[in-house]
Amino acid sequence: MKPRLAYLGFVVLVAAVVIAPLLSSNYRTFQLAFVGIYLIALLGLNILTGLTGQISLGHGAFMGVGAYATTILVVDHGWNNLLTLPVAGVVAGLAGLAFGLPATRFAGPYLALATFAIPLSFIGLLKRFPHFTGGTLGKQLPSVHSQFGFHTNPSVWVYWTSWIVALVMFVVAWLIVRGRFGRALRSVRDSEIAATASGVSTAGVKTVAFGISAFYCGVAGGLFAIAVTYVNPDTFPIDLSILLLVGVVLGGAGSLGGMVFGALFVEFIRITWGPALLDLFSQVHHINTRAPGSSLVVYGVVLLLVLYVAPAGAAGLVRRLVTGKAAVAAWAKQSQMPAEDQA
Amino acid sequence: MAPLLELKDVSARYGPVAALHGVSLTVDAGEIVAILGANGAGKTTTLRAVSGTVRRDGDVVFAGKRLGRMGPEGTARAGIAHVPEGRGIFAELTVWENLRMGAYMRRGRPNFSTVLEYFPWLDARRNQQAGTLSGGEQQMLALARAFLQRPRLLMLDEPSLGLAPLVTREVFRVVSDLNHKEGLAVLVVEQNAAIALGAAQRAYVLETGNVALSGTAEQLKSDDAVRSAYLGY
Amino acid sequence: MQQFFQALMAGLADGAIFASLALALVLIYKATEVINFAQGEMAMFTTYIAYALLTHPHFGHTLSYWPAFFMTLVIAFVFGVGLQRVVIKPLEKASVLTVVMATIALLVILNGLAAWIWSPELKFFPSPFPTSTWVIGGVHISKQDTGTFGVTLACVFVLWLFFRFTKLGLAMRAGAVNPVAARLLGVRTSWLLALGWGFAAVLGAVSGMMSAPTNFLSPSMMQAVLIFAFASAVLGGLESPVGAVAGGLGLGVLLSMLGTYVHPVTPELRLPVALLILLVVLLIKPAGLFGRVVVRRV
Repeated sequence: MKPRLAYLGFVVLVAAVVIAPLLSSNYRTFQLAFVGIYLIALLGLNILTGLTGQISLGHGAFMGVGAYATTILVVDHGWNNLLTLPVAGVVAGLAGLAFGLPATRFAGPYLALATFAIPLSFIGLLKRFPHFTGGTLGKQLPSVHSQFGFHTNPSVWVYWTSWIVALVMFVVAWLIVRGRFGRALRSVRDSEIAATASGVSTAGVKTVAFGISAFYCGVAGGLFAIAVTYVNPDTFPIDLSILLLVGVVLGGAGSLGGMVFGALFVEFIRITWGPALLDLFSQVHHINTRAPGSSLVVYGVVLLLVLYVAPAGAAGLVRRLVTGKAAVAAWAKQSQMPAEDQA
Repeated sequence: MAPLLELKDVSARYGPVAALHGVSLTVDAGEIVAILGANGAGKTTTLRAVSGTVRRDGDVVFAGKRLGRMGPEGTARAGIAHVPEGRGIFAELTVWENLRMGAYMRRGRPNFSTVLEYFPWLDARRNQQAGTLSGGEQQMLALARAFLQRPRLLMLDEPSLGLAPLVTREVFRVVSDLNHKEGLAVLVVEQNAAIALGAAQRAYVLETGNVALSGTAEQLKSDDAVRSAYLGY
Repeated sequence: MQQFFQALMAGLADGAIFASLALALVLIYKATEVINFAQGEMAMFTTYIAYALLTHPHFGHTLSYWPAFFMTLVIAFVFGVGLQRVVIKPLEKASVLTVVMATIALLVILNGLAAWIWSPELKFFPSPFPTSTWVIGGVHISKQDTGTFGVTLACVFVLWLFFRFTKLGLAMRAGAVNPVAARLLGVRTSWLLALGWGFAAVLGAVSGMMSAPTNFLSPSMMQAVLIFAFASAVLGGLESPVGAVAGGLGLGVLLSMLGTYVHPVTPELRLPVALLILLVVLLIKPAGLFGRVVVRRV
């Protein structure tokens, strides 16, 4: 996107963040706080998936690492909850580096497979060491509503904390993407062998990307723990990891602005949009739209439809509208062979 | 009599790059026709346009019927065997499994005895992995497999590629044999103009996606331009 | 001794379940380079179908175990072929990444659908084998473990016979090696891919029905199994059917032995250990234990 348009987009985002809580109910403000938290996680995952083309089905677990770091520091060591956030990021980032160090040396499919094992392994570890993590019961955090002489209710406090962190990290992500490191990342995605030939250490670059993405998820996880005020092994299930990847893809992998759409999707599809879509159908058919699993079906179908119609995600759609050019979809690679004989 | 294969103004492209700009040519039943030309002239693309491994515009008529956009499997079923560039051997399968694949479209037990008359050495190698054969043997296996398709037209893409001169000559001897004894029509793309013109009755010369020259093998052999550009004397 | 053989048999039974799901993954990966993340949920869903056949009256009566088992395999086959035709085929020309995302969408949909139709609560699923044991030379051998191992490997063997000795099986192998050359020989590769999905679904159904009696039936029952299957397939090199089966059996036995003899390895650590094994193996042999290193194209 042209820089001028990007600045404009960011100004619109900041304006929306300032205005939104004024127009929202307390509950809606709380939901929007989670949009900010998911945005942080998606920005991180986007650096891995969008820029290097590696998919990860395990980043929810790095949110979990951050969340547990924050919780343990606050509950067991009496830290100020905001000060735990950098630590949450660093701990998750180190976990990401430790995993990425071997894993990013594998070719694409192997890495995706290995990441799929992270969330369930993480849950296993949490249950195995209960004296440290609280085991299946988890741990409870105090609810926060005033700090630095600033008194408000928990929803509003969480909203502002999340979004200020999110906007700062958005700018940082933008600097990363535009800089030398971002170029190295993109060269890895476009051609691993060519990148190696021009002196880029592909495994090294991917490992660092993995670490950065895990750092982002760790910060998001720390905020998540502060917002929900409890953590247990079920707080970060494999579904969350999948949802994060889906958010990146639907938002438009590789696009920072697209992650805002992705974060909205991640927060609202399961509790708000999914049931609303189902209600439309339920007027025609007699289906129980509040049944467990129903919103999962809706979100899976939405994902599938997006893959068919707009493989470059929401960002791709916007770009198409703005630039008027059709085939920007880097993902929709055309093959040259005519379709199969249907005889 | 109508030709067995007729290309009418066929063009093809790879993405934005046009590779053929309206090629017309014919192959009669029982004939060997060669396509000559430099690298990138569109020889391989011509064969691929016929078999449907590249999207084409323009008409291809085979045995009196227009070939639609039916894809490679449809073309094969219509009776055209295409031995592609690089021979298209299934390297991980055995020699015999490769041959069985040649007879994939045939119902009932395939008749391997005729094939073994032309390629007697295959019998002893039947359980060898095809990828471990030498280049010449792989080319022969590809020929044998194509023959098992019982095609009316055989299309060969650079059969001499990477082969020693003696082996190349042997490949072309078998091709001529199949042509004489079985009446198989052959359309062969070849860099090695001398050996191709030795086997073929007629030939086309392609330059940058167009037919630059055509005629009988004798005519082309004595053409000065062909001699200096492709025969080297 | 007694403990060793018990652990061995339990490991082989688990391993056979991993192996059949790993083989399902390899079938699809080998033909299309796509990892089917929905493989586990497909297995779970077909196991629910078996459950429905066993518990709900159809045409006035419920089926007994083995008729329901085989009917489920048939339904699974049709289900797999159908999914390929409806969901995956339209993405024929899309990138591998898009197709992988589509399998993830399928995972989400099937998971939700199962919870929606059958509720997310754990359900009991019967085993066709008695819980008693045979005593051979003073060693107790579980009939259930032996049966699970036998049934699963029998299905794998039948599939091997198909690939080895039938024309269609040969064509599927050829299409996986070189799809363009196969099409030039008249093979309708697109339908063979659907067939591959059908067989993968059948293998998944077997693994689901065999693991449900011990793990209980639930929408997330196959998630851990899928990860073990991933590890097995990777150990085997992702492209090698023999490797997948060997990897599955090996992983099953290894985990069972670790659980029996290494006390810090509690059941919660089975997955982290599997992940660790996966990482270590890939570090030492990046193409898996049975895989060949393929030179990557620029």
